[in-house]
Amino acid sequence: MEFAELIKTPRVDGVVLHRPFMPTVEGTLCLTGHHLILSSRQDTTEELWLLHANIDSTEKRFVGSLGTIIVKCKDLRVIQLDIPGMEECLNIASSIEALSTLDSVSLMYPFFYRPLFEVIEDGWQSFVPEESFKDLESMTDEWRLSEVNKDFSLCPSYPSLLTVPKDIDDESLCKAASFRHGGRFPVLSYYHKKNAMVMMRAAQPLTGTNGRRCKEDEKLINATLCAGKRGYIIDTRTIAVAQQAKARGGGFEQEANYPQWRRIHKAIERSNVLQDSLIKLVEACNDQSHSMDRWLSKLEASNWQSNVKEILTTACLAAQCIDREGASVLVHGTEGTDSTLQVTSLAQIILDPACRTIRGFEALIEREWLQAGHPFQQRCAQSAYSNGKPRSEAPVFLLFLDCVWQILRQFPCSFQFNENLLIMLFEHAYASQFGTFLGNCVAERGKLQLSQKTVSLWSWVNRPQELERFLNPLYEPNNLVIWPSVAPQSLLLWEGVFLRWNRSTKCLDEAYQEMVHIIEYNKELQNKVNSLRRQLAQLETEDKMVADLK
Amino acid sequence: MEHIRTPKVEQVKLLDRFSNKSVIGTLHLTATHLIFVESNSTSAQEIWILHHHIASVEKLSLTTSGCPLLIQCRNFRLVHFVIPRERDCHDIYSSLLRLLRPVSYDELYAFSYNPKQNDQQREEGWQLIDLAAEFERMGVPCDQWQLTDVNREYKVCETYPRDLYVPITASKPIIVGSSKFRSKGRFPVLTYFYQEKKAAVCRCSQPLSGFSARCLEDEHMLQAISKSNHNSRYIYVMDTRPKLNALANRAAGKGYENEDNYSNIRFQFVGIENIHVMRGSLQKLLEVVGTRSLSMTDYLVGLENSGWLRHIKAIMDAAIFLAKAVTVEGASVLVHCSDGWDRTAQVCALGSLLMDPYYRTIKGFMVLIEKDWISFGHKFADRCDQLDPDPKEVSPIFTQFLECVWQLTEQFPQAFEFSEWFLIQIHEHVHSCQFGNFLGNSQRQREVLQLKERTYSLWAHLLSEKQNYLNPVYSPSFAESHPVLEPSTQACHFKFWRNMYHQYDRSMHPRQSILKQVLTFKESNRELEGTVQALKTKLQKFGVSTSPLKEDAPASTDGERTVEGSSATENGYGELTGSFGSKNEPAVVTLEFGVARMTC
Repeated sequence: MEFAELIKTPRVDGVVLHRPFMPTVEGTLCLTGHHLILSSRQDTTEELWLLHANIDSTEKRFVGSLGTIIVKCKDLRVIQLDIPGMEECLNIASSIEALSTLDSVSLMYPFFYRPLFEVIEDGWQSFVPEESFKDLESMTDEWRLSEVNKDFSLCPSYPSLLTVPKDIDDESLCKAASFRHGGRFPVLSYYHKKNAMVMMRAAQPLTGTNGRRCKEDEKLINATLCAGKRGYIIDTRTIAVAQQAKARGGGFEQEANYPQWRRIHKAIERSNVLQDSLIKLVEACNDQSHSMDRWLSKLEASNWQSNVKEILTTACLAAQCIDREGASVLVHGTEGTDSTLQVTSLAQIILDPACRTIRGFEALIEREWLQAGHPFQQRCAQSAYSNGKPRSEAPVFLLFLDCVWQILRQFPCSFQFNENLLIMLFEHAYASQFGTFLGNCVAERGKLQLSQKTVSLWSWVNRPQELERFLNPLYEPNNLVIWPSVAPQSLLLWEGVFLRWNRSTKCLDEAYQEMVHIIEYNKELQNKVNSLRRQLAQLETEDKMVADLK
Repeated sequence: MEHIRTPKVEQVKLLDRFSNKSVIGTLHLTATHLIFVESNSTSAQEIWILHHHIASVEKLSLTTSGCPLLIQCRNFRLVHFVIPRERDCHDIYSSLLRLLRPVSYDELYAFSYNPKQNDQQREEGWQLIDLAAEFERMGVPCDQWQLTDVNREYKVCETYPRDLYVPITASKPIIVGSSKFRSKGRFPVLTYFYQEKKAAVCRCSQPLSGFSARCLEDEHMLQAISKSNHNSRYIYVMDTRPKLNALANRAAGKGYENEDNYSNIRFQFVGIENIHVMRGSLQKLLEVVGTRSLSMTDYLVGLENSGWLRHIKAIMDAAIFLAKAVTVEGASVLVHCSDGWDRTAQVCALGSLLMDPYYRTIKGFMVLIEKDWISFGHKFADRCDQLDPDPKEVSPIFTQFLECVWQLTEQFPQAFEFSEWFLIQIHEHVHSCQFGNFLGNSQRQREVLQLKERTYSLWAHLLSEKQNYLNPVYSPSFAESHPVLEPSTQACHFKFWRNMYHQYDRSMHPRQSILKQVLTFKESNRELEGTVQALKTKLQKFGVSTSPLKEDAPASTDGERTVEGSSATENGYGELTGSFGSKNEPAVVTLEFGVARMTC
């Protein structure tokens, strides 16, 4: 298919762009296969380059022959384009509509994007399972890397290499896989070096209504327990939801069959509920009414903050079991690709200082989200403004980022990165020039040949020039477990994402710059003092030597 | 001392408000403080509670572990003790009941507090803030405004200060006539003068208009205010009350200005609720946020139902209206409510702060409070329940003003010389009765009490520890680019002030403070600059000429820090602890607060 077929009017002059808190720009609007571009043809004014993939929905209005298109983006920005001429406006609108809803992955921009920078470190090779297994090997010899899923036939959503207990052979893994939803048998998620406890993740067991059991599954997870020790199973669903799942063949671990495990149920919402929550929250944030009661009741009704609190609480619970109770933990929900990953990844941020560095955080996202098979393409197909019938969209990853932001707010000196990194990840998960978040699992990414045909987000982020923007000047590495407060008074609305386009951030940005400046100046002064001291010490020794000679 | 029956009780348990944790310690009762000292020698936290800060003491029914005593403070601290023996508990309880209800001003802490200063230092402390100088700074007196001696003996208005500024054209008979037509004699006077447009902010109380009464002198007075400003043909009269309240007042012979009787006024209601509504609102808010294991839904619903942020926004909206009228239209504004000492003080003070960068400095903010709150007779003694309590008079009016300022500091982080701890510290002392500034209800009463001779000034105390209240990212040049602040009034930009209402609930605070870190860096920068200078001087003795700072930045390894106290971790937390009251900053991040309870 040629993009040209979809572009009826490639350019229109005299288009006026309105953006909140920015001066209006008049210029020429151009449509390309992947971008909507507005250029004023003046050097001083910033141009608009909008990826079609970033467009969530459009609305058009007409007053006389002047048409207006309201473009609502997946990064939650809303812009308005005034286009002279009804036909031009209709053409542009329908082109945008078509180009922003392309179904075929291989037509996405990452397949056409050629980086303007030199790729020094290929991000596709930055985080390979073999490497992280080497780290694990240096701490314990209880685990092995299994190739049982080499051709993705055992579990389509798992990667080809999986970390499993050493004593469990591949045959048992196959049997355990047949007992878990989508073949997602329990695998290692995190090893807590401090006390050798582990966190595993899986999908729900397929106990069904007649209480099926699987000896291999039991053996598999028991293999992670020390003699006489008990572990915790954290089911992210309420007991009621887990019970209902039995009717559809799912279920939960029966006490009788897993006597060494204590099961705890939490209440993280399912994905369709979360999507609804996001839509309501964004609607509340964009409400121009200035009524306090209306704002608070809408914020409450969206349930977004409740979701943040529940996810964080569950992650804290998992971390608490491991660090405080000295017990191993198995986390699962239904499919093991959404709430499970929120919990396991957040628990690692709490427990593991390495995850609070930029590299470590990237590795965490690679490990616990991309390779663990969070279906990014399905979940991030549409954002809060979508008019279409929701399919599998859900802000699961955005909620994870929000929770990380909450912890970052409470421990502003414990992270190597700042809020910008989180916002950037949110943007790229929904629309990007990079291939990283395309596809739903490792197998799909392989088929799409993403590593050959597209550039990895990490190749770009990890360039020193880019990295600077994401560094937290207050960072002081610490090796501690960081326990966030989950009291509602301690959890804030993530303004950087949800109020980003509804406020002028100039004052806040300048204050941040001033803080950066103070800290940089401090480093500069310390260097200066050091160098002067050295100089002085040298002169004094020389002086003394001269004196001694005399 | 005769009220203290049991000065010391051992083995007292202090329960954490939000978790199941508790510590054991000893409770001491002194003439001024209730002190809890933790027994555990390693952490040994101490809690000092000033009797004046205690709002209520409650003895709960006996439990197996002892007798619970619940103490609620005006600075939003809530402590829950369990005292082993009921008799001790009862003794403490009844002593406190007596101690927290002083019967005369002489019993207030300010009259016994002695910071080891001599008389001269004390006097200097009181002279720090000079309101005559402040009016001069605004450019008053001038060709349109003059100082009047009409209230020199407090004969016209008891609750106003002696020195008042009025239009040149307002003669004494007009002033006196107008004062008779205003509640409590509080006639229109100048509180802020916007020099750039010669526009005035004036304040007064409601007119005694009833359903039809009028007063020519009062009408003249308003006209005089109007005439003194050539930039605008009209003045705004802002009645800060809801229209319904103003209407109801008419039946009592009070009310609001009839636009037909006053020439060229634009009359406007702004709808800030009265002291009773505000008191109830805060009570509801505190109830909600004091709930254990509060769910997000209950929190947000409770926040909404309390109406607290709605009231905060109403005050802010009014102040913005005032600032716009003055700075954009160049019109003079007369602000009043009922008596003109609550809502009027809030709106005039906040409005001035929006218009004038001076009030956003530490000294300027003190001046602002001294002018619009203390001198113009905000009834601190009644509102803050200092003496002879009448529960119907208590109301968090001043707290709301401080919160509005905090909301502004959140929107404009570089506009204020001070940080939120300055606001919180002022709030502490409004209730502590440790300094003389806020005692009593009016200037006249303060003179009778001889506060300047017998007590110390808070402002001198705060200035002496100024470094604790500095905002590290404050930029004096911000005032040039933003002489007038234009805050957003969208509801989503108003936030719950956790550090005020949960000041003592450490588990809810961020575990690391950006503010303190950056302050430490700033302090370290100052020290390092000194060190660099000293080293250069030494080097020069060796005949070495040193280059200016910027040129050389030799590579030094990152963690290397050779200067004492330069590392944030070394002195970041320790340094400021003592000065923020008795709060203890958590040692780095090891604290664990029962983040989640396990439920099966």
